Amino acid sequence: MNIFDILGPVMVGPSSSHTAGAVRIGYAARKLLQDKPVSAKIGLHGSFADTGTGHGTDRALVAGLLGMKPDDTRIPDSFQIAARQGLSFSFETVQLKEAHPNTAILTLRGESGRCLEIQAASIGGGRIMIRKLDGIEISFSLEKPTLIVNNEDKPGYVARVAALLSEEQINIASMQLYRNHKTGHAIMVLETDQRVSEAAVSALAGSEGILKAAYFNSEEV
Amino acid sequence: MAFASLQEILTYMEEKSVPFWEAILMEDMAERGVSREDSMKKMLDTWQAMLHASDSYEPQRKSASGLTGGQGSLMEQYCQAGQTLCGPFIGQVITEALKTAESNACMKRIVAAPTAGASGVLPAVLLPCYREHGVSDEQIAQAMYTAAGIGQVIAARASVSGAAGGCQAEIGSASAMAAGALVSLKGGSGKQITHAAAMALKNLLGLVCDPVAGLVEVPCVKRNVVGAVNAMSCADLALAGIESRIPPDQVIDAMREVGDRMDSSLRETGKGGLAATPAGQAVQAPGSFHL
Ligand code: SF4
Repeated sequence: MNIFDILGPVMVGPSSSHTAGAVRIGYAARKLLQDKPVSAKIGLHGSFADTGTGHGTDRALVAGLLGMKPDDTRIPDSFQIAARQGLSFSFETVQLKEAHPNTAILTLRGESGRCLEIQAASIGGGRIMIRKLDGIEISFSLEKPTLIVNNEDKPGYVARVAALLSEEQINIASMQLYRNHKTGHAIMVLETDQRVSEAAVSALAGSEGILKAAYFNSEEV
Repeated sequence: MAFASLQEILTYMEEKSVPFWEAILMEDMAERGVSREDSMKKMLDTWQAMLHASDSYEPQRKSASGLTGGQGSLMEQYCQAGQTLCGPFIGQVITEALKTAESNACMKRIVAAPTAGASGVLPAVLLPCYREHGVSDEQIAQAMYTAAGIGQVIAARASVSGAAGGCQAEIGSASAMAAGALVSLKGGSGKQITHAAAMALKNLLGLVCDPVAGLVEVPCVKRNVVGAVNAMSCADLALAGIESRIPPDQVIDAMREVGDRMDSSLRETGKGGLAATPAGQAVQAPGSFHL
C-alpha cells in the first residue's frame, strides 16, 4: 500500500468498502460498458444487501454509473441526478455462491445499445476486484493500467494484442486469459506498465474477431 | 519498497541524515515514481481536504440511519462556554474528532486515515495545532508524512481494517499515527515518534469492532474522540522522555496477534459487543434490501 492508500482516499463517507468501493465498482462498470448507461439492474449480495442503504452503497453504485468518482460530493444525490440524466435503475437482493460479502452484480444497457453484465467485489479500503464479465469468471483489480479484450476464442488473438502493445512500446506486467466454452468467447486481461493510447484501444476494438476492447487507467479513480 | 518496520525507518533516517517525515517522502517518490514536488502537492491537497471537511461541517445534518449528527456542534457550544474539564485545546480536539467522524457518517467528503471510520482522529489533533499554534501548511504536511509512514508499517505488519483486526486496527492505528504526527510537529526525535505511536497503540490494544446495525456510526464517532485524546497524551509522554517498555515494532506485532485471536463476532460483523446489546439490536439498518 502506498502512503496515499493510508492517508486516503479522499472520499465521501461513511465506509471505504461500502461507499468508496461501491462508487468505484459503478465507475468501472461504466468504463467497461464503454457507453452511457441508460438502464441498470443492480443485485446486492451479503453485507452490501444487509447494510447497503445505511452506508449509501446504493447511491454510491449509481453515482459511479453516472461517472462520479469516490470524492464527488454529489454522491448522496445520485438518484435524482440519474433521473435527470436518463438512467433508470433497480435494486434487488441476490444470493451468490462463494462471493465476497461485499459484492454487486450489475446488468447494464447503454444508450447505443451496448450491454454488459459485471460482478465485482469491494475488498476493503475502497479497493475493488472484478470477478465476472459477461458470464466469464475473471479476477482483476484495476490497480494498474489494464486492457481488457473480449474476443472470439480462436488462435492468434493473443499474438495480435501482444504485437500491438509491443509496437506501442508498452510492457506487459501480467496477463490472464479466460474463456467461456458455451459462447466461444474469451477475455484477455493485460496489466501494463505504461499507458495504452486511445488510438491503440480503438484500433483494437475495430479489428476483426474482437468483440470489445476497454482500457482502464489506474490513476483515474 | 515500503518500510517493513519502524526500526527500518529509524535506520534509514540515520543513514541518510533525514528526519522521519522525509524518509517517508523519499519512500513515496521511489514507490510511486513521482517527484518531490508531486508527492508534496498531493499531501498538501490531502490536508486541504481535511480542513475543508471541518469547515463545511453541517450541525443540522443527520446520517441516513438517524443515529448520528449534531454532536460536534453541541461540543463546540459547550467549549465556548469555557467550563470544560479538559480545557480549551483538548476541547477543540474533541470537537474536531466529532465533526469529521459525523461528516463521514453523513456522506460528506473526508479523508480516510487510515479508514473512513477512523477519519476524525488525525485531523482532530492537527487542526487545533494549525489554528492555535500558527503551524504552517508545510509543517502539517510533514507531520502527515510521519503519520502515513507509521500507518504503512502497521498495515504491513498487522492490519488497518476493523474486519481483519478489530477497532484496535482502525482507531488504534489512527491514534498511533496521530501521536507520531504530533511528536513530529513538535520537533521530537525519530525514536520519540515511534514510542509515542507504540504507547498510543498499546492503550487501545484489544479494542473490538462492534458497530451497531453494521453502520460506521455507533460507537465509531465517539471512538474517534478517544483516539485523538489518547494521541495527545501519548505524544506528551514521549516528548517528556517516557518510552514504551515494549519496543514499537513488537507492539504492532502484538496488535496483529490480538486481532487474529479476536472472535469474528467482534470484527465488523455487527454480531457482538455493543451491536449485540438489546438497544443495539433494536436499531434497524435503514431500508435493508431484505424486504
Ligand atoms: S467500531 Fe469498527 S467500524 Fe467503527 S470505527 Fe471501530 S473499526 Fe471502524
